[in-house]
Amino acid sequence: MNLSNDDFDAIGLTLRLASTVTLILLIIGTPIAWWLARTHSSWKGFISALVAMPLILPPTVIGFYLLIAMGPNGYIGQLTQSLGLGILPFTFWGLVIASVFYSLPFVVQPIQNAIEAIGKRPLEVAATLRASPFDRFFSVVLPIAKPGFMTAAVLGFAHTVGEFGIVLMIGGNIPNETRVISVQIYDHVEALEYAQAHYLSAIMVLFSFFALLSIYTLQRKQVSMNISNERQG
Amino acid sequence: MTLPHLFIFLLGYLVLPLAHGQTVKVAVASNFIAPMKHIIREFKKENGHHISTAYGSSGKFYAQIKNGAPFDVFLSADQHKIQTLENEHLIVTGTRFTYAIGTLALWSNNTQFQPVNLAILTNNKFDKLALANPKIAPYGQAALDVINSLNLSTASAKKWVQGENIAQTYQFISSGNAEVGFVALSQVMQQRQNTPHSVFIIPKQLYRPILQDAALLSRGQNNQAALDFLAFIRSDKVTAIIESYGYHQPQNISLSESHQ
Amino acid sequence: MQQQDIIVRFKTSQKHFTLNVDVKLPARGITAIWGQSGSGKTTLLRCIAGLEKAQQGMFKINNQEWQNANLFLPTHKRPFGYVFQEASLFPHLTAQENLDYAIKRAPAKTSQDTYDKILAIMGIENILNRHPQHLSGGERQRVAIARALLIQPQLLLMDEPLASLDHKRKTEIMPYLEQLNLHFDIPILYVSHSIDEVARLADHIVALENGHVIAQGGLLEVLSKIDSPLDIGEKTGAIIEGKIVEKDSTWHLAAINLANNKFWFRDNGEALNKTVRLRILARDVSIALSQHQDSSITNKLPAVISDIVADQKDVSMSLVQLEIDPGQLIARISNKSINTLSLNKGSTVWAQIKSAAVVN
Repeated sequence: MNLSNDDFDAIGLTLRLASTVTLILLIIGTPIAWWLARTHSSWKGFISALVAMPLILPPTVIGFYLLIAMGPNGYIGQLTQSLGLGILPFTFWGLVIASVFYSLPFVVQPIQNAIEAIGKRPLEVAATLRASPFDRFFSVVLPIAKPGFMTAAVLGFAHTVGEFGIVLMIGGNIPNETRVISVQIYDHVEALEYAQAHYLSAIMVLFSFFALLSIYTLQRKQVSMNISNERQG
Repeated sequence: MTLPHLFIFLLGYLVLPLAHGQTVKVAVASNFIAPMKHIIREFKKENGHHISTAYGSSGKFYAQIKNGAPFDVFLSADQHKIQTLENEHLIVTGTRFTYAIGTLALWSNNTQFQPVNLAILTNNKFDKLALANPKIAPYGQAALDVINSLNLSTASAKKWVQGENIAQTYQFISSGNAEVGFVALSQVMQQRQNTPHSVFIIPKQLYRPILQDAALLSRGQNNQAALDFLAFIRSDKVTAIIESYGYHQPQNISLSESHQ
Repeated sequence: MQQQDIIVRFKTSQKHFTLNVDVKLPARGITAIWGQSGSGKTTLLRCIAGLEKAQQGMFKINNQEWQNANLFLPTHKRPFGYVFQEASLFPHLTAQENLDYAIKRAPAKTSQDTYDKILAIMGIENILNRHPQHLSGGERQRVAIARALLIQPQLLLMDEPLASLDHKRKTEIMPYLEQLNLHFDIPILYVSHSIDEVARLADHIVALENGHVIAQGGLLEVLSKIDSPLDIGEKTGAIIEGKIVEKDSTWHLAAINLANNKFWFRDNGEALNKTVRLRILARDVSIALSQHQDSSITNKLPAVISDIVADQKDVSMSLVQLEIDPGQLIARISNKSINTLSLNKGSTVWAQIKSAAVVN
């Protein structure tokens, strides 16, 4: 396969972006998922809707508003400027923030479902066995909901890799910074470089297939975990 | 009106669209949306043809046409794609022509950078310079020509932010994320709030002309509406419309070139 | 000197229910918290565990406070073990790993002796490498009890640990529960709606109704009283305890001393000198004015009537409180018989006991 250096750069950048975003999403998505799974607050619907919004919003809408919000006159832009970070569009971290927002529901929902499936009981049991809240999370929630967390990670990663519309809006096509695979493919197609577009596209097709395959495998695992949990109860 | 007259009138009314009202499907580069809409209004006033348009990137249209998209006429944003289609025998021989020549402008939406002029570029005081992707967008290629002509490519390359098309590039500057950038004159002319201070028309000698070519596609070779539309585009009336949107015409270019 | 008491004071209102309990319990033996479903017994247990936060609460065991107006220890800081109604083993861990979960978090190192003893008493040595889904309901509950013991509790809370098991499994697990009390010096609060379980296991009882305590005290005293507010109908009856003093292998009988008589019952194989608890249901006790020799009934005890009350469930019947020495019995007999025999408070009679069941 004769991929150019630019192509390899795009692949490397995409993997770096997706890994960073996945890590951040697991860290911030877990408490949100936890709260959504456990709360009886009247805010639940509101927050759920907010988190799920990227599911139905066209990426161009998100990208357009992020471009304005992160720009020098936007709220986020003014904040980042006052913190001495400059403005975020056209930077790697700008893409990270956009992708975190964009992929949030893909991470929150599987974790939320997995936590809901665990129910309250195993946590109460752990508390009666002297496990602190922190301990309970790592010794009970995490292992039981592991397939849910892995599904979330794969989905978050894959969805970030597949992101295009937002990157187009706020990326600026900067090599090693914002020129990810999907943009590179777009450029190849626009430049009539179909062979290279094919190579990269084929990689994406294979990647997507295996990502989804692993998700369905994981889901079967979670289901069997839940069934064994229920059978006991 | 007698009854037979009425009958003939109704008959005529039914037959008329068949006789005159053929449909032409036109693929139009998105930088040409505004003038195209104007042209369609005029075209409809003159005859009974139906015209249906699709706006998009020229690269996408090329791929679609190659794969059997049902367009009769293609107004590309560049010359290259029409030439490629010609080499692949996908257009009717001899129908390729330049319908517009783009004008490149340097534009800023930030008052600190106004009045806009080339000194902004040579001083290199900006953070971000927006241009369309030179690899795929003709205005981007022209912008790159300007940067190279001014020997600024090494100094400014790190500050480039590239839009995938000229509309996106415009957005980068409009939102303030890039202080300054290269856009099409036609774009800034459409926005009333742009003052003469915010725009600088790049001297033509700094970049190769942005030739936008059109052609009759093989599919439309027997479509009277398509032929009529192409003829209409080349009429003086339409030439004037196109120029009013910030484009030039080939004959004017050759005139100006002969002056130099 | 340490005060060997558990002081339980909780007041909390939920939607259609108010729990209001203020009792002092002995910090030893098994105390049953008995009541119909909805009486608040599980809520009470969860309040003690800190799994539910009562609006007002105070809990003290052996002078150690877990909760008062200014203090609320979170569940994981309260030194108790909890056995839940349905098996609650962690599904992602084997039985062994479930036990290790407790051992790792216990306040002190678990000695090999204690560990072996707990496993032996619960009879789970051979099932430790299995996952919970491959254990029977009874086995899971035994592992869960072992796990609750391994956390080294100062108090064991058991919330209907048998409720989710069928009858066969209940009888299978009951002996393990009895062993608990014998081998571990840990007070147990045992929530149950089954008076049979309570009669068999408990030393002390707190009866709840609609969130309030309606009776409490020693099991024998509370159950053997005719004016007990416990609404247990057909199961009304007295409980007596005694040491086995004689065995009759010919007729498969065993006897304890009761009211200067030998009281005979079916020999279930208990050893001589073992203390057994017998349950004598009121419907199985009849009254005669003289000691009949021509009756099929073996056990006849002299008794004095101390009280007679009408049976709330049946207008034709009354409950008669009989004082024997030591202890009390209850007889359920028809009003017509009371009238015919002219039975009154203070009458000296013979209690004829048709059957008695060893409950443990």
